[in-house]
This record gives sequence, C-alpha cells and structure tokens, in this order.
Amino acid sequence: MAESICRALRDGALEGELAPALTIKDSVASPFALQVFSHVLSQLFSSILAGKSQSRGLVVVSFSRSPSFYLDLLKNKGTDIASSNKQIQILDCYSDPLGWKDQLAGSRNFTALSNEVLVSSTAIVFREVKHMDKLYNSIIELGKGLVGGGKIRFSIAIDSVDEMLRHAPVSSVARFLSNLRSHDQISSIFWLLHSDLHEARVTAVLEYLSSIVASLEPSHQLANGQRGDLENFSLIKHNSKKGKFHVRFKKRNGRVRVMSEEVHIELSGINFTSLPSEGAINQGLVPKVQFSLQLSEKERIDKANVVLPFEHQGNGKPIQIYDGRRSLVDGKHERPFAAVENVQTNENCGSGEIIYYRDSDDEMPDSDEDPDDDLDI
Amino acid sequence: MNQRSSNLLDEALGLDQVIEPWPLRGRVVAIEDQVDTSGSFVLHHLLKRSLSPNSSNVAIFIAFSQPFSHYDRILRKLGCNLVSQRDNSRFFFFDMLKLQCPDGDEGITPEGGLIALYGKIHKTISALPEISWKNVSIIIDDLSLMEVAANGSSDYVLDFLHYCSTLTSEFDCSLITLNHEDIYSNEDRPTFLIQMEYLADILIKAEPLATGLATDVHGQLTVSNKGWNKVSNFHFKVKENVVECFYPGRSRG
Repeated sequence: MAESICRALRDGALEGELAPALTIKDSVASPFALQVFSHVLSQLFSSILAGKSQSRGLVVVSFSRSPSFYLDLLKNKGTDIASSNKQIQILDCYSDPLGWKDQLAGSRNFTALSNEVLVSSTAIVFREVKHMDKLYNSIIELGKGLVGGGKIRFSIAIDSVDEMLRHAPVSSVARFLSNLRSHDQISSIFWLLHSDLHEARVTAVLEYLSSIVASLEPSHQLANGQRGDLENFSLIKHNSKKGKFHVRFKKRNGRVRVMSEEVHIELSGINFTSLPSEGAINQGLVPKVQFSLQLSEKERIDKANVVLPFEHQGNGKPIQIYDGRRSLVDGKHERPFAAVENVQTNENCGSGEIIYYRDSDDEMPDSDEDPDDDLDI
Repeated sequence: MNQRSSNLLDEALGLDQVIEPWPLRGRVVAIEDQVDTSGSFVLHHLLKRSLSPNSSNVAIFIAFSQPFSHYDRILRKLGCNLVSQRDNSRFFFFDMLKLQCPDGDEGITPEGGLIALYGKIHKTISALPEISWKNVSIIIDDLSLMEVAANGSSDYVLDFLHYCSTLTSEFDCSLITLNHEDIYSNEDRPTFLIQMEYLADILIKAEPLATGLATDVHGQLTVSNKGWNKVSNFHFKVKENVVECFYPGRSRG
C-alpha cells in the first residue's frame, strides 16, 4: 500500500490534469509522518535516478530539517549525492527562514559559518518564508534549473506545511499549493502535516487539495485523563513503535479507495505490514491472567461439532429448525414457542422427553436470549 | 554516590557512560513538568552532568526564571561550583529576568529582544575552539516565562526556538528546555506545547502518580528517546543533595 503511494507519485501527472498531491499527516500520539515522508522521498528519488518516473528531478523544500539531514538520508540509502546534484535541489528554509542571520550580520560582528561545499552546491538558503509568492518563484526556478524549461517535469517535497502555516494564512498556503499543482512542469507534490497543530478546518483544506491522504494513528487509543497509569504506559510504549497507516486515494472518476496497513518503526527505518485481524489486536488488551480466555482453532471446531442434548430427538432423525409453520413431519402438538416440553405417556413409560426446535440456524446454541421473549400474552 | 542514585535518568539519556563527547550533542531535549511535580531538578541534574570535572563541556544558561544566586546555591548542594565554572569560562549565565521585548517588536529590530539573544548565543559558541562546539549545552529556564517576556507572542518564541535548534545542527551542540504543561492544559489545542514535542528528540515528562502525592515518591518521569526508539518510565524522589530514581515498588523510603 505504501508501494501504491510511491507508484502514484512516480507515474505523475496526466496531460491537462492537476499533479497528484499527497498529504502525510500524523499527531503526537503517533508521530511517524517524518519517517513515512523520508521513505516516500527516498523511493521517489531512486525512481528518478533510475529514469523510471515521469519526473526528472526533485526539489525538497525543507523547513524542519537541515539540508544535510536529507543528503545523509539519501546517502544512507546508497545514493551517490555528489554525482546526482543534477537531479536534486534543496530549498533551505531551515537555516535562516526569517533572515535573522542577515540582520545580525548587518548590525554586529556576527560571523555566519560557511556551509560545507557539498551542501551548498545542492542547497540554496531561502530567507523570506513569509512571502509565499517569492517562495513559489524560488521553487519553480530551482526546478527549471534541474530539468530545463519545456515539457520536462519535476517533483516537489515539502517538509513541512506546518511551518508555512505559522508564517502565512491558510488561504495563502492553499493558493500556493494549488498553483504548484496546476503548473505544467510539476509531476507530483507531497507534504508533511502535523494535524494536532492546526484547527480541523485547516487540515480539511489541505486534505481537499490532496489526491492522496495518508494518515498515521496510534495502534491503541489512550484513555484520557489517566496519565501515570502503568497500563497506560505500556500502551504508550506500544504506540511509540507501531501505528496504523490509513491511505485514502481520490480517483479521477470520483471514486475513493481506502486502504490500511500497520507501520513499524525500527532504528533502521520504517516497515509496512498488512493489518492483523481484529482478534490479534485485541489480544494485546486482554488482561494477562493464568487461564486462557481465547479459543484455539481446534477448540472452536470441536465446540461447533457438539450437538446439544435437547437438540436431537435421540431417534437418529436430523435436527429440525422450527420455522413458525405447522408443517413439521412429526405432527405432534406444536406451539409457537422455541422450546416445547412434551412428556410421552404411552411409548416410553417413566421417561420424559424435551423436544426443542430452534427458531433459526442463526441462534447460537448457548445464547443468552430468553426463549420466552416473544411471548405475547 | 550521586551517580549511582540517578542512574535511571542517566541511563535513559545515555549519560551513564562517557560524557565527553557530550552524549546529547546535536539533540533537543524538552522537559515538561506540572505544578505538583516540578521538573527543575532534571535541569539542575543535566547542568551538573554537563559541568562534570571529568570533561571540558560548556553550558550556556538562559535564565528567565531565577537569578544566578539561586542556581549557585542549588548546584553547590549537588557538588558543583558555578562561580568557579563561570570564571573558567565553562559556564555562561545570561540573566534574562529583566528582558521585556518592546511592544510590537516581534523580532523586527535585532537590537533588543530574542533576535539579539540568538545572536549573543551564536557569538558565544563561535568564540570557543571548534573542538568544543559539540560539547556545548544551551539550557533555557523556562519557556513560559520567555513567552511572557515576548508579550505573549508564542510565534516569536517558536521562531527563536527554531533558530536555537539550527544551532544544534550548525555546531552539533545540545538544546535543553523546560516548560510547564499545566499552563496550556485548559486550551483546546496546546499548540506551543505540541510544537516543542515535535521539535524535541528527547521528551522528559515529570508528572504526579496516578494515585496522587506521597511522601516516599514525589512523582514519575517518562523519558521518550526518539533517537533510540525507547520509552522509559520510573519514579523519583527529590532529596536535599540528590535525586533518587527507581522503578515502581522499589522506593528506599
């Protein structure tokens, strides 16, 4: 499923259509959006390098991490950064987003340190993050610098829109993203969002702008107000390594496809696995006692095979289910009750017999329902 | 003796092994506390660890909360002499108690306010030999009072904290902050607090026990270490000269 996302970004935009846009959102309870973002970024960049994607270059707009974080990330995935700076450029909105260093250098003896040569050939510092128009122009300029003009496309990764929303109103950010999607040289665009930093309507606006929304949720919801509980702590521990990953695809024809996976965070990176069945999830929440509260498969089969004593007449005839009509073969007295007690007086002297016809096959043999519930006296 | 008893906190932070190069280099550590369980002791403990005599680590302390004499008194009881550390240029104390950003300033002029503070920190670290940069800890006590000094503008404070976190990648130094969780607890969305939680590589929460206050146990610490993908939880008791940390049920009384 994470593979589907990467494929959608790789395939890119169709002629005359908006570029696919992905929102990766999380919250403090399961703060793994950065890991997912990094995974998608490295996958997309590998495709770009291999020539397997529509886009021929990647522009990373980095607010929350230094450019060296992304260069190290790609280096660790085996990419030779030195030779691939023709395919990736980083707009550095991290080092000096508001131009403070410039201002300080002007008024005092403030010496800014020079970046490493490798970083500066791949990263350009941007100092005016409050101006969306300038940001837009810088991104397009960087992208065109990578792929040239004309019809060749490039992709954009934004880490993260939260910082943009701190510096500009949501309408400006929405217009900015929308303009990028409609630019005919943009192949695909994806961004990171921490949903608990914003009002619900802001998150909704960004989701409306996206064709794919990937959200991370905790495996287990914590009970509110119960901090300091030992059980709560074990859930916190569990949630720090695992989470649920839900993806919503909006197709061009209007259909929506929703998929879910489980996500595991390890030191080496992130892993996606299919969601286990509900029982396995609940297994973690069953209190640990010394006797088994669950049925094994064999036990479940055996239980289904047991025929309850009053369900057969002991005469080898098959189990009959009472369907409310007086059409039973035996022709004995029938009443519209689920259970009938009938004492034989002639054939088997001294022995009683319970004749029980279940209402329907749906009723579980040992259900708690009161069979007299439907009496209408 | 001090090292043994605080081992659980040191272990959770990687401070039980060598402390030079400083294990927290390049990391942002956010401490959150509540009225019932003050987290200042964590700050004092980290300051003491960074100024350990076995190292040449440097601490830059940004104080919005208390004057120098307060910290001097407390650290003396923990066995650390801040006056001599200051004289040896291992401890830099920035007294911000009287800082009041001019109204409507919000970072426009670099002369006063938080931009100037950032510049001062940057200059202090740059002046040190390059080999010491990664052994520098910037400690801020505390963020809610910084917000007050900034006339309530949490955006301005967040900008400042962003620039401080760029120092951790520029110099590989560490940033340690203290904030009070219950100040923001009645907001629908405690944005400022959550922003810090996202910014932090290590989050240390000091909270009361679920069962309330007690004499043997003052509270519990939960340390979430993102870099190690590890969460630890243990109880603590703050004594005169030391802080005892122990797993639940193992109080030494």
